Amino acid sequence: MCGTCGCADGSKATIINLQTGEHVHMDSKAQDDAPGAGAGHAHHHGHGHADHGHGHSHDHSHVEAHSHGHEHHDHAHPHAAALGTTVQLEQAILQKNDELAARNRAWFQGREILSLNLVSSPGSGKTSLLERSIVDIKDDLDIYVIEGDQQTANDAERIKASGAPSVQINTGTGCHLEADMVMQGLRQLKPKAGSIVMIENVGNLVCPALFDLGETAKVAILSVTEGEDKPIKYPHMFQASSLMILNKIDLLPHVDFDVERCFAYAKQVNPDIEILQLSARSGEGLDSWHDWLKSQSRQVSEKVFA
Amino acid sequence: MHEMGITRNIVSIVSEHAGARQVTRVRLEIGMLSAIMPDAIRFCYDVVVKGTVLENSKLEIIEVPGKAKCKGCGAAVELETLFGTCSCGSRDLQRLSGEELNIKEMELEAA
Repeated sequence: MCGTCGCADGSKATIINLQTGEHVHMDSKAQDDAPGAGAGHAHHHGHGHADHGHGHSHDHSHVEAHSHGHEHHDHAHPHAAALGTTVQLEQAILQKNDELAARNRAWFQGREILSLNLVSSPGSGKTSLLERSIVDIKDDLDIYVIEGDQQTANDAERIKASGAPSVQINTGTGCHLEADMVMQGLRQLKPKAGSIVMIENVGNLVCPALFDLGETAKVAILSVTEGEDKPIKYPHMFQASSLMILNKIDLLPHVDFDVERCFAYAKQVNPDIEILQLSARSGEGLDSWHDWLKSQSRQVSEKVFA
Repeated sequence: MHEMGITRNIVSIVSEHAGARQVTRVRLEIGMLSAIMPDAIRFCYDVVVKGTVLENSKLEIIEVPGKAKCKGCGAAVELETLFGTCSCGSRDLQRLSGEELNIKEMELEAA
């Protein structure tokens, strides 16, 4: 539901542009439309709080700019005419999401943008890490952030305060971001070519592994206040991730977290996973993370016409 | 409960193909390593199909076991979880099956 005007159904996602204050509510049918479609309707909430009189402008602009692309169906069409027929469909259940994710991926690649899908449990420190990185490397890299949470724009507000453009996606009851939500977020965010787009997924180690957003890579964040066996408890996520960040290492003296065992579990689930340890709070290890970002960002540019 | 969203996708895809005709049977293929619980899909299915052309359809789920090939010695390995160890000691496995999430076929009522 739109926290400002309460005008949408709770199960639909809302996108809040922190730069303009614009709210876009996604229609539940948005995924069925052509991927480039501007489905959803935009509201501009302007609040003029003066002592005398309460100005609340509420402009509705219904965005219906559908770009009608060609919709190719590779699957067999049943042309349901025969009697009591069995029709072979052989269709992937997540095909629509995967197709939209492929569009996002091409969009990122064409603009030489490194896009990272940050996944973790709630409270691992994703937002704190982003805040810190934005401040530390804003002279070297342009960072844009898409924040995913079920409710509130608190995280996007934090990101904006650290100096990066951000868009908040509220998934309502949804437990993960999907490719069409990211597409809508990008329409609002309009990241520059050569920049980095950080997509902070809903804190959840299960479902986000299933939904490709079109990102360059997934980064799983784990903190030392959690169990060291998370990689084997939630293997889908750690297997789908290219990098695991162990956060809050400044707290290691106070907790019973076995770092070596954790890394062994991560490698057991995903022998190719890269691992970094850091503390977003103390700053320890952040250089290696920033170097990783710079190197990945460079590789994205180099790969475009490779 | 991502199974609810997944089930909505299934019903939407099948409805699209069925048009106005009633669907009598839907057959899915779900890999046992796919993070999708067949029982949860069955539970959601009964709810989601209400008021659609799938309302009276029977749901069949083929569960596909996890299989992999060892990249070290080439042996076939059965997987019960996403990761495993070959009898040669290698953990570097190439998964061959078990992650399927497909709608195999549907059966339509005689017109």
